[in-house]
Amino acid sequence: MKRTETKNVMDRRSFFKISAVAGGGVMFTLPFAEELLAQGRGGAAPPPPNPNNFIKVALDGTVTIVAKNPETGQGVRNMLPMMIADELDVDWKNVKLDQADFDDSKYTAQSSGGSTATPNAWTPMRQAGAAGRAMFVTAAAQKWGVPETELTTGSGKVNHASSKRSVGYGELAAAVAKLPAPDMSRVKLKDASEYKIIGKKHSAYDISKIVTGAPIFGVDVTLPGMLHACFEKCGVFGGKVVSANLDEIKKLPGVKHAFVVERPIVTDAVIPGEPGLENGIAIVAETWWHAQSARQKLKVQWDEGIHASESSVGYQAKAEAMGKAAPQRTLRADGDADGALKSAAKVVEASYSYPFIAHAPLEPQNCTAMFKDGKLEMWGNSQQPGRGRKLVSDTVGVAESDISLHMVRAGGGFGRRLTNDYMVEAAWIAKQIPGVPVKLIWSREDDMRHDYYRPGGWQNLKAGIDASGKIVGWKNHFLSYGDGETFASSSAMGPTEFPQRFVPNYTLQSSVQRLGIRTGALRAPSSNAFAFVIQSFIDELAHAAGKDPAQYRLDLLASGAPVPAPAAPPAGGGRGGFAPPGMNAERMIGAMKLAMEKSEWGKKKYPAGTAQGIAFHFSHMGYFAEVAEVTVVGTKVKLNKVWVAGDIGSQIINPSGAENLVHGGVIDGMSELMMQEITVDKGRVVQGNFNTHGMVRINQAPPVIEVHFVKSTASPTGLGEPSLPPILPAIANAIFTASGKRLRQLPLSKAGMSWA
Amino acid sequence: MAFKLNVNGHSTSVDVPPDMPLLWVLRDVLNLKAAKFGCGIAQCGACTVHVAGQPVRSCSYPVSSVGTKAVTTLEGLSATGNHPLQQAWETVDVPQCGYCQAGQIMSAAALLAKTPKPTDKDIDTAMSGNLCRCGTYLRIREAIHKAADMGPNASAKTVQTASKE
Repeated sequence: MKRTETKNVMDRRSFFKISAVAGGGVMFTLPFAEELLAQGRGGAAPPPPNPNNFIKVALDGTVTIVAKNPETGQGVRNMLPMMIADELDVDWKNVKLDQADFDDSKYTAQSSGGSTATPNAWTPMRQAGAAGRAMFVTAAAQKWGVPETELTTGSGKVNHASSKRSVGYGELAAAVAKLPAPDMSRVKLKDASEYKIIGKKHSAYDISKIVTGAPIFGVDVTLPGMLHACFEKCGVFGGKVVSANLDEIKKLPGVKHAFVVERPIVTDAVIPGEPGLENGIAIVAETWWHAQSARQKLKVQWDEGIHASESSVGYQAKAEAMGKAAPQRTLRADGDADGALKSAAKVVEASYSYPFIAHAPLEPQNCTAMFKDGKLEMWGNSQQPGRGRKLVSDTVGVAESDISLHMVRAGGGFGRRLTNDYMVEAAWIAKQIPGVPVKLIWSREDDMRHDYYRPGGWQNLKAGIDASGKIVGWKNHFLSYGDGETFASSSAMGPTEFPQRFVPNYTLQSSVQRLGIRTGALRAPSSNAFAFVIQSFIDELAHAAGKDPAQYRLDLLASGAPVPAPAAPPAGGGRGGFAPPGMNAERMIGAMKLAMEKSEWGKKKYPAGTAQGIAFHFSHMGYFAEVAEVTVVGTKVKLNKVWVAGDIGSQIINPSGAENLVHGGVIDGMSELMMQEITVDKGRVVQGNFNTHGMVRINQAPPVIEVHFVKSTASPTGLGEPSLPPILPAIANAIFTASGKRLRQLPLSKAGMSWA
Repeated sequence: MAFKLNVNGHSTSVDVPPDMPLLWVLRDVLNLKAAKFGCGIAQCGACTVHVAGQPVRSCSYPVSSVGTKAVTTLEGLSATGNHPLQQAWETVDVPQCGYCQAGQIMSAAALLAKTPKPTDKDIDTAMSGNLCRCGTYLRIREAIHKAADMGPNASAKTVQTASKE
């Protein structure tokens, strides 16, 4: 069968052939599931995996390392194997990567979300490499009859200095294959000073393929005899097909099949996190263009269901009414916020809001599937392939053990591929036409109108400061979506949201309204909106107190109570939501001071209309403080420069990938701040493409984004998300200082602003 | 309907509807997967290829408009993948997800063909039709400058069709 990476398949086959014939080669297991599970935070731990293969050394010394996680552009395909390779003591240039299929009986935590890959993998991946190295040392010691303590390793060789002997791992592979796995308590991990791969810049492993256009993405999967599909759904969530002109459609050029998909689907007041296969019409044709062209001729009568009268105007009106009424719930009450506000020297009140936004990864949703002899074979780029496989199994009635899932590179994820609706659609279609592989591709409009949106929301804030400017009371009436005590997916606020613990009298209350569109985790869920609100409001308090906004933050951070034990995840936190340990104020102060130092905060003299702004935010275990310098002319904002300071622990695994991800966090945040908004009318999402839900273009990107890291003693954590949230308020705060405009509603385009 | 096309220096014939965009002819008929589908309305530039040396958004360019003009995709930009831009992209480690990069490189190649030593402003103007959802714009600028510094002599022989017409 033809795969997208034909050459790799060939290589792999020849490798297996060689090792089988020679009876050699060696495969290492990863018996560290317990430790991995122990590191997991919040939520249900995955079931303990069986031992699995991560390292293969062929007799010719070729080292192949399995990359187990979905690659969506975050660089995990480099990073996890780099950890193994460094401890194994081989040269990175000699390492080949083998992308794992989804197999939770062999690999653990095969998902990409929540910036979790690094913290979850840091210890077990290094241990896997170190265990491998230890076994080669043992084999060499036995071969030469010398003590292991006299042996060193490097570049895939074991060396004995006193006898000037050296042997390659390939030559030892046959002997190593017969050794038992080492006692892990005696396997020593390298000191950071000994790293040769970790901490060095490495370009993406697949970069040659990317720059030559090799077919490595989900959308590129091609199989012999493959057909192409599109899937039309009702614009209103939960809408059903009453009638459709499928007989006509089936006669159109290139069309092979057309189906009505009828599914029972939950369309309640709160849509479940992943509701599953929706109703609609699938068209299968010889090319995607034929399918999509036939789709334009569809005449469908829909039963639009219970959400057809919803609109953004309605949501806004309801929010305004809720804001005036008593809060439905109190999520937290420390001290006496009302009392503190009464006796405060000054009270500041402000209302902030943010819209729904779409993920819109550049590669539209897609999946390829083939149903044959009762089994499904799938090629997909889900961020949570395990959940996807389960959903497919539950929906189309094929046992999970009969579904094989190849993990293909994704053209971006940003949280959209945490959900698996396209997978289940592809599987359903494939099951109708046994023996025929089918590739489903969504149009951009499908993607933008059938997303799991970053939920919009409103926050009505009130804070009191004493004569010295210190915050003595804080009240937030958080207006969101849900029903009763259930928040819509990713629409909750946790009871420890900053500045809880840093303000003596803190009250967080909430009210929710029902919602008929799907919501979910988008890069730095919750934080991507909350940081803008909270760090803008703290800026307002600093100015009300007549204090420098940076020093004001440092003083606030220094006033906090100690970090409590990790809290339970908030109800309705959604995918990507987990219980983070509380923010360590010392680490954030470190990030703040570095950002201030690098940006020469408060030391530069700017002309009128140009200013710096600062903000910080803790999310996904990462500590980020950012300074933005803007020039505001009328309604045009030019972002001149950004300084980012982050603390994600003791080790940056791949500095090249790290810097790139932070650039992306800043630029993504610029799009969210200025230009992105999804609105609803008659139950349908209005925006359909990049002309109405845009993103920052190269001419709007700043010339320089400086990226600095505080090297702390903490274990390394992830970087997919935490650099994004602070950039929104850092820019908004700079706009205020530069122009006097305090903008409290996202996107800023609603106030007529735009990027210069 | 039959169309005779010249793609990456090869003459080929396809039987497709005249309104079928060049992108889908390349991807689904000729199995050239470098050009990507991102938006379908010439907003994102992921589908950028050269027609007669000019960058076009192939998602919105009907196959019937190609005629005898030479089509070059990223697969045909250089014989061995060592066009200065491809080398610079590797050195600078430009991509994150990589999905937009075929279009980025083709737009950049058209820029360098016309403006061998572009300024940042030249780059921003020429490249503003290419979205990068991951936000690699700073590295794209850097890589284009690097490729420009390498000069045309460092260029592998571009598949000749690109400059013929």
